[in-house]
Amino acid sequence: MTRVNLALLILIACVASLPLFGGAYALRIGTIACMYAIFALSWNVVGGFAGYPSFATAAFFGFGAYATGILLNKSVPLSVAVIGSLVMCFLLAAALGAVLLRLRGHYFAIASLSLVEVFRELVNNATDLTGGGMGLNIPLASGSGILADATFFFYAMWGLLLITAVVVIIVSASKLGFGLNCIRQNETASDMVGLNSTLYKSVAFGLSACFVGAAGGIYAAWVHYIDPSDVFDILYSVKPIVMALMGGLGSPLGVVCGAFVYLGLEEVVWRNYIQIHSGVLGVLIIMLLLFLPHGLISLRSGMFWRKAKHV
Amino acid sequence: MSEILHLSNVSRHFSGLQALRDVTISVNKGEVLGLIGPNGAGKTTLVNTICGVTPASSGVVTFDGKDITRVKTYQAARLGLSRTFQIVQPFAEFTALDNVAAAALFSQPGESLKSAREEARAHLAFVGLAAQANQSAATLTLAMRKRLELAKALAMKPKLLFLDEVNAGLNSAEVERATKLIHQLAAGGITIVMIEHLMKVVLNVCTRIVVLHNGQLIADGQPRDVIKNPAVVDAYLGQQYAHRNAASG
Amino acid sequence: MLAVQVLINALVLGCLYACIAIGFSLVWGVLNVINLIHGSFIVLGAYLAWGAYQWLAISPWYALVIAAPLFFVFGYLLQRLLLNRVITAPVLVTLTLTFGLDLILNNAMIYYFKADYRKLTLSPPTGSISLFDVVVPVDRLIATASALVLTGLLYLLLRRSKVGRAIVAVRLDRDAAVLMGVDVKSIYAIAFGLGAALAGCAGVLMALIFPISPLTSSAYLGKAFVVCVLGGLGSVSGALAGGLLLALVEGVGSTLIGPAHATTLSFVLLIIFLVVRPQGLLGRKGFE
Repeated sequence: MTRVNLALLILIACVASLPLFGGAYALRIGTIACMYAIFALSWNVVGGFAGYPSFATAAFFGFGAYATGILLNKSVPLSVAVIGSLVMCFLLAAALGAVLLRLRGHYFAIASLSLVEVFRELVNNATDLTGGGMGLNIPLASGSGILADATFFFYAMWGLLLITAVVVIIVSASKLGFGLNCIRQNETASDMVGLNSTLYKSVAFGLSACFVGAAGGIYAAWVHYIDPSDVFDILYSVKPIVMALMGGLGSPLGVVCGAFVYLGLEEVVWRNYIQIHSGVLGVLIIMLLLFLPHGLISLRSGMFWRKAKHV
Repeated sequence: MSEILHLSNVSRHFSGLQALRDVTISVNKGEVLGLIGPNGAGKTTLVNTICGVTPASSGVVTFDGKDITRVKTYQAARLGLSRTFQIVQPFAEFTALDNVAAAALFSQPGESLKSAREEARAHLAFVGLAAQANQSAATLTLAMRKRLELAKALAMKPKLLFLDEVNAGLNSAEVERATKLIHQLAAGGITIVMIEHLMKVVLNVCTRIVVLHNGQLIADGQPRDVIKNPAVVDAYLGQQYAHRNAASG
Repeated sequence: MLAVQVLINALVLGCLYACIAIGFSLVWGVLNVINLIHGSFIVLGAYLAWGAYQWLAISPWYALVIAAPLFFVFGYLLQRLLLNRVITAPVLVTLTLTFGLDLILNNAMIYYFKADYRKLTLSPPTGSISLFDVVVPVDRLIATASALVLTGLLYLLLRRSKVGRAIVAVRLDRDAAVLMGVDVKSIYAIAFGLGAALAGCAGVLMALIFPISPLTSSAYLGKAFVVCVLGGLGSVSGALAGGLLLALVEGVGSTLIGPAHATTLSFVLLIIFLVVRPQGLLGRKGFE
C-alpha cells in the first residue's frame, strides 16, 4: 500500500462521517460526491491507466440505472438488482470493449460517444420495458422516513465508492495495472512482449463500466424516477474527464479530489446561476483547460499524446 | 540439424503491393541466419509476417512443429518468438528495469511482478545496462535503447530471436560491442535471424544467409558463396559496387 | 412506388446531411479536432435566418450571404483566441474544450430564444411539385440545391484557390506543409472559420425545413458524426457519399422497422463502420 493510496482510503473514510454533521442537504451532496468519485475512479481505469479517451460513462450509468429500475419493478431486492446491474455492465462493456478498443484516438472517442446515443435510443424505443420517453417510476425502497432513506442511499453509494477505490488500488498495483500502463505507453511493444492487449483492454473497459453501472442502479432507486434524457446525459461522460483533468490523470487520489472539487464548483454554479448554469459550467471547463495547467501537470510525457491512428 | 522455423510459399500483399512472393525458408536450430536485401526488399515485412503483426496472405508458417500462420502477435511471443525493432519501441515512461520486467512478466506463464523484476536485473546486466536500471527509458542514448530492446527480447526466453538492424545508427565501437553480444547469444544456443546491412557484421556472425529482393527469395547458402552469387551481386551488392567504382574511378 | 419515394427523399435529405457534415469533416480532417460546437453553430445559423426573416424581412437566400462571413469571422476568432492554445493537446483536451464552448453557446441560445420550437414560414408559401409522382415541397428542393451549391463551392475553393491548396496540404502532411512555407496557424484558423461558415449556412437552410430549437443541436451533431464516419473523413465527395448513405439507410430503416429506430440504426451503422471500415466509403487521404 503506497502512501498515496492510503491517503485515498483515509479521505473516503472521512466522507463516511458526513451524516454526523448535516441533514438532508449534506446527505444529498455526499451521495452525489460519492457517485462522482466513482465515475472519476472508473473512468481513470480506461482513460488514465490504459490511455483510451472514453466518453462512454453515461452509457453505462444509464444502462445500470435502467437495469436496476426494471429489476426493482419486478420486485427483485435492491441489493440483488444492483449487483446484477454491476455484473451485466461488466460483461456488456468487456464485450463491447473487445471490439471498440481496437480504435484509437478520435475514432475511439467518437465510438464511445456514440454508445451513449445508441443506448439512449434503444431505451427510448423499448417502451414496453422502459416506459420510453415517459420515463420509469421506481417503487420506493423502504418508506421509513425521508432522512432514513437519504442516510441509507448515502451509505449505499459510499460503500460502492469504497469497493471501487479498493478494486482500483488493487488493479493499479497488479499485473493488470502494469499491463495497462504498458498499453498506454506503447501498444505495439506490448503485443510484442506477449501481452494480450485485447483482453487487458476489455477487462479495463469492463471495470470502468461496472461500478458506474452499479452507481446508476443506486441512483435510480434513490431518485425513484429516471428518464432517458436524464440518465443518458452526455454530461455524465464529460464530467469524469474534467474531474480527472483537474485532479491529475492516472492517480486515483488525484481524480477523487478532482471529483470533490468539481462537485463544489457545480454546487456554487447551480445555486447562483440556475438559468445559465450550463454556460457557466462551460466557462469553467474552458478556464480549466486553458489557464489552470497545474491540473494537467501530472500528465506524464507520452501519456495520451499518441497520434490518432486508425488501423 | 533440426528445423525450428519453416516458411512454405508465404506471400503477403498490401492492397495491390506484393511485399512477399512465395517465400520458402527453413531455419535450423542454433544457427545464425542473415536476412539481407536492398531497402524495400520485404525483410521487415517477413519478420512481421512470422510474428503475426501482418499475417501471411497465403502460405504456411510453422514454428517448433506448430502452425503459427494465423496466431496473434502476443501468442507468437509466448511461444518463444521474440524480436527487436528496427525503430526502438521502449515503454518510454518506465525505467529500463520495468521495460525488461514487462517482457518477462507477460511472456512467461506464472511470473509475478516481483520475480519478473529480479530476472530483468540479470538481463540488463548481460547487455551492460545494470547501471541504468532505474533510469527512465526515454533518457537512454540510442545505443543503450538498442541494447534495452535486446534485453527485453532475451527476457522473453526466446527460442528464436529476430534482430532487426540492431546496428543501424551505431558507431563502430558500439557495433563491435553489439556483435560480441550476438556471438555470446548464439553460443548460448538461441537461434538467431538477423536483418543487417553491415556486410562486415553479416560475414562475421552469420552461419548462413538468405537474400530477399522485391519480396522474393533469390539466394540461400553459405555467406561466402551467397555474396558471390551473380543474382545477389546484381540485385544488391552490384549496385553498391557500381556506385563505389564510379565514385573512386 | 414506395421505393421511388424513399429514393427521392433520401436524395433530397442526403444532400442536406452532407451540408451539415461538411464543415465538421473539414475541421476534423485539417485540425484533427472533433468540434462539438458544430451542432450549435447550425442552430445559431437557423436562428439567424429566422430572425432576419421575422424582424428584418430578409429572405433566407440573402441570409446565406450574411451568415457566411459572420460565422467565418466568429469561427476564425474562436480558433485563433481559444482553440489554438490547445491545438496540439490530445483528443481528450480538444474535445472537452469544444464541449465547454458548446455548453456556453447552447445555454446562451436557450437563454435568449427559450427552448421551444419555432418555425420559419415563408409567405407566400412556395408550394410543392411532383417528381416521378412523388410530391416534394419546393422549399426543400431549393434547400437541397443550395446545399449542393455550397458543397460545390467548398470543393472549388479547396481545389482551385491558393488558400484551398494550403488547407489540403496541411491536412495531408502538416510538417511538410510547414516546410513548404505554409503558415499553419492561419490555415487552421481559416479552416475552422470555413467550418463555422458552412455550419451557419447549413443552419440557414435547415431553418427552411425543420423546426428551430437549441435542443436540436445534438441531433445535427450526431448526423455530422455519422456522415463523416460513413463517407470517410475529410473529403467533399466522402461527405456527399456519407450523407446519401445515411439518408438512404434512415429512409429504408424507417419504412421497414419504423421511424423511431432510424437514429439507433444510424449510430449502430456508425459503430460498425468505425470498426470494420474506419476509412469510410470513399476512404482516401486527401481533402481534394
